[in-house]
Amino acid sequence: MDSFAQRKYIIGALILLMLLTFVIRLFYLQIINEEYKISAENNSRRYVVQYPSRGLVYDRNGKLLVENQAAYDIMVIPRQIKDLDTFALCQLMDVDIEYARKFFRREKNSYKPVVFIPQLSLEKFAAIQDHLFKFPDFYPQTRSLRKYPFPNAAHVLGYIGEVDSSIISKNPYYKMGDYIGISGIEKSYEDELRGRKGVKIFLVDVHNRIKENFENGKYDTAAIVGNDITTTLDIELQKYGELLMANKRGGIVAIEPSTGEILALVSSPSYDPNLLVGRARSKNYPVLNADIEMKPLFNRAIMSSQTPPGSTFKLVNALVGLQEGVITRESRFSCSAGYIIGSFKVGCHAHASPLDLENSIGNSCNAYYCNVFRKIVDNRKYKSVRKGYEVWRRHVNSFGLGTVIDTDLPMSKSYSGTIGNPDRWDKIHGKGKWKSLSIISLAIGQGEVGASPFQLANLVSAIANRGYFYIPHIVKKIAGNRKVDKKYLKKVFTTVESRHFEPVINGMELAVYGPGGTAHIAQIEGIRVCGKTGTAQNPHGENHSLFVAFAPKENPKIAIAVLVENGGYGGTWAAPIASLMMEKYLKDSISGPLRKDLEKRMIEGDLIHKNNEAQH
Amino acid sequence: MRRNINVITSVDWLTIFLYLLLVLLGWINIYSAVYDDEHKSIFDFTQRYGKQIIFIAAAVFIAVCLLIIESNFYSLFAYGIYALMILLLISVLFLGKEVNGSRSWFEMGEVRLQPAEFAKFATCLALARLLSDHNFRFRDRKFVARIILIIMLPVGLILLQRDAGSALVYYLFIIVLYREGMPALIFFLGLAIPVLFVVTLLFDKIYLFVFLLSLFYIFFYAMYLNLKHLGISLAIFTGSVLLAISYFFINNQETDWSYVLLVSFGLSSLVYFFLEFRYKLRNAFIINMIVLCSIGFTFTVDYVYNNVLHKHQKIRIDVLLGLDQDVKGVGYNVNQSMIAIGSGGPFGKGFLHGTQTKLNYVPEQDTDFIFCTVGEEWGFTGSVFVLLLFAFLLIRLIYLAERQRSVFSRVYGYGVVAILFFHLAINIGMTIGLAPVIGIPLPFFSYGGSSLWAFTILIFIFLRLDSSRMQLL
Repeated sequence: MDSFAQRKYIIGALILLMLLTFVIRLFYLQIINEEYKISAENNSRRYVVQYPSRGLVYDRNGKLLVENQAAYDIMVIPRQIKDLDTFALCQLMDVDIEYARKFFRREKNSYKPVVFIPQLSLEKFAAIQDHLFKFPDFYPQTRSLRKYPFPNAAHVLGYIGEVDSSIISKNPYYKMGDYIGISGIEKSYEDELRGRKGVKIFLVDVHNRIKENFENGKYDTAAIVGNDITTTLDIELQKYGELLMANKRGGIVAIEPSTGEILALVSSPSYDPNLLVGRARSKNYPVLNADIEMKPLFNRAIMSSQTPPGSTFKLVNALVGLQEGVITRESRFSCSAGYIIGSFKVGCHAHASPLDLENSIGNSCNAYYCNVFRKIVDNRKYKSVRKGYEVWRRHVNSFGLGTVIDTDLPMSKSYSGTIGNPDRWDKIHGKGKWKSLSIISLAIGQGEVGASPFQLANLVSAIANRGYFYIPHIVKKIAGNRKVDKKYLKKVFTTVESRHFEPVINGMELAVYGPGGTAHIAQIEGIRVCGKTGTAQNPHGENHSLFVAFAPKENPKIAIAVLVENGGYGGTWAAPIASLMMEKYLKDSISGPLRKDLEKRMIEGDLIHKNNEAQH
Repeated sequence: MRRNINVITSVDWLTIFLYLLLVLLGWINIYSAVYDDEHKSIFDFTQRYGKQIIFIAAAVFIAVCLLIIESNFYSLFAYGIYALMILLLISVLFLGKEVNGSRSWFEMGEVRLQPAEFAKFATCLALARLLSDHNFRFRDRKFVARIILIIMLPVGLILLQRDAGSALVYYLFIIVLYREGMPALIFFLGLAIPVLFVVTLLFDKIYLFVFLLSLFYIFFYAMYLNLKHLGISLAIFTGSVLLAISYFFINNQETDWSYVLLVSFGLSSLVYFFLEFRYKLRNAFIINMIVLCSIGFTFTVDYVYNNVLHKHQKIRIDVLLGLDQDVKGVGYNVNQSMIAIGSGGPFGKGFLHGTQTKLNYVPEQDTDFIFCTVGEEWGFTGSVFVLLLFAFLLIRLIYLAERQRSVFSRVYGYGVVAILFFHLAINIGMTIGLAPVIGIPLPFFSYGGSSLWAFTILIFIFLRLDSSRMQLL
């Protein structure tokens, strides 16, 4: 009766065939293929980085030097935008309508949040915040920028900037858009200051909107705030130093000899560190960098390491001479307005002759040190001039001259200064053919010798300590139980024994107080100042004015080196500036009309524009 | 009263159980797909799962009503119901509300109805009525014309509403016609051509080839169980393939597998043609030809699509296949759907723990793509379970249809099977990337009153017919 009843099997088979196909397909999708599981995770998880606030920086007296200020990036996910009144938006955010048009043309396809306006200041953001609800697709993202309450110490503090691709490839911690210390202590203490980023994992929906915490935050990590740092700087002294150095090129470094703590590190001309914050940096940096006249980014206190130390170097030669036993404190050498051998002459100024060691320092006699230097280098004990020279050089190096001082200021490593290499003499004069006389200018700190104000300050610190120094450093304390590196607590001994320092220090005292002393101007009421002037010959123009000093003579509290480029004699600019610095530090203020007058003269002195006038 | 008691004892409770189970599972998955932290109460009627509860309650009410109605009513008023539905389909064109570019909804306050959903069971009834005519013969052109008219009238009207998905459902009435005696060749071609067409455009030819070839060899062996002939054919096939590969290798060209397989198969089937003629194996010959033609057909489709059709014609085909629904690039919807299902793994992420569906990565996740929630949260185990439930229901319905004494009931029963089958195949197929994206709901699962009520009516009319099958001789 029903001849087609068998067809039910075909129909049933078709249904089962389809279901079998589906089961096989599901087996492939859900069990064999792993790709879809990974895609699902990538799809729906968003890792939101929690930026820690960077550590703060204080001066030695607890004054805040570097703080954080909030800035607000205005973010938007362009693909989410619906019905945007571009004109009203631009009016609110105070941007050019062309800027907005260009932005949306460029970013219109992005599903990821992009920065529409970077780094609005708190004030600007507060002004627009109340109206932001009219543009629900736009939202603020807080970023932390640096802020400097004092416009000083730019070179010490350094600055931060966004990481570039080379940093990212070297250190996977950093991601595009992160900040990193680029110079100063921001760089050398980057690991302490930056803290540790955290991450929050969210589930996001298809429109990239955050829906909920992933697994209730089980896998989130909290951001760890950066450690605060207390520096050794005395910001008042630093400020004063920068004031004194106004309109002059040069540098000041002041150190506390008993600890190696850097009290002030001035490089002039300088700049306001606030110029290199956030968005302003990209605008201001090229301007500062292009200023070849002033070179405000050049840290002269550390980087001027090729400047000859001039007569300040005589201190070293005196100490090495005493240590080597080629002179005693009674040794006298005559000076006939210079050191003359045959047709060879190293000139000297007029002073009493012959002088003993102490007075030779006080009067800064050139002839005396030519004799001392020759005695050291030509010492029979060492068989050859080269050997003698190497012994001398080793002594000099032990004062941190011509070698790297392993400190926490990043630039100091690449600016180690110069103490002439004997190989170089071989090259110039022929191997074994040079004599002490060939390199006699080293006796008075000229020629193949260069030291930065930083190194000179360390030298005078070693003298003040009578034979050793602490590695000068800028950081006193790191918050959060972190100890400052132990190396800064260790005495570094020079190769000169302690007993030899007394006559040299007496000589430095004579330079300030003695008859014919070169630095009477450095006297401070009620404090015994020991100093030594220097005049570095400058083939390109006016000589550089140098002064190194420490005070008081007993239990020195401050050691200082001052370089004033094109300042002429050491006593003209460098000595008064150093003296005012010491007075400011030790007595907190400048007293007496004479000193006030000197201070005024120093502050107003303009060596940069004066030189320019002379040139034009 | 006696009649009602009669219904309660004679109705097929197993089907009702399957129906209720599927509706319940559907609701659970809608709840999960819509669920968010702010709306947790299951009776929150502002949410879709809350509304679905109302829809389900209404569906149960409808079901009970349908079971109470005298079974003669359906055959008596089959054409009347059909005419009413056609009227509704026409009026929705003018009075309906436009949603997503298709004018297929009546809106009456809170309630929205889609006449296309209800036209299915009406067409089913009309078809059953026509085929149960005592004079019905497939040879009779008058009847064939009426069949075509009954099916094409709603199809045309639904197409006018720009609801291609719902219109395509009617195509599967060929299952019913096949069961009632339509020539097998027409049935198989009718199934094979669209399937091949879609598969050719959606997938790489090579998969299809391998599939067809395997099918051919299995068929042939199954029908004659002659290992020797199979061996000869396979040997020729293998030799030819090796020869072709070495040819490509020597000439340093990339092997074009589809041509290699085509030529090799052609050669190997020569053996069969020879055998078939010699032993007069007519059926084998026909199957052989069908496979061969299928392969030829895929080549033609591929060639025509790529080289003959103009761009706007291609676009029209793409629209039909749902290839144009990629809002965000090629295959976005399907890709997200497969990610959701694939990420479920063997046992799923657990109820309410799906991330892909919950975070709206999958479009239409509580309606057309509801199966993604099943796949993601219940995994392979749950998906297969749901598939098995559907399979069980379909097989059960075939069983019920076959036990009918009246042609009307049987035709109607097969109509139910065909409609459910199509929805199942296309809906689940599209979520796992095996079928074009055609927006039709998954029976009992997808959110929405119209589709749930339509499927309820479809099934319960049949159950009513089934329960009174003994009343007829």
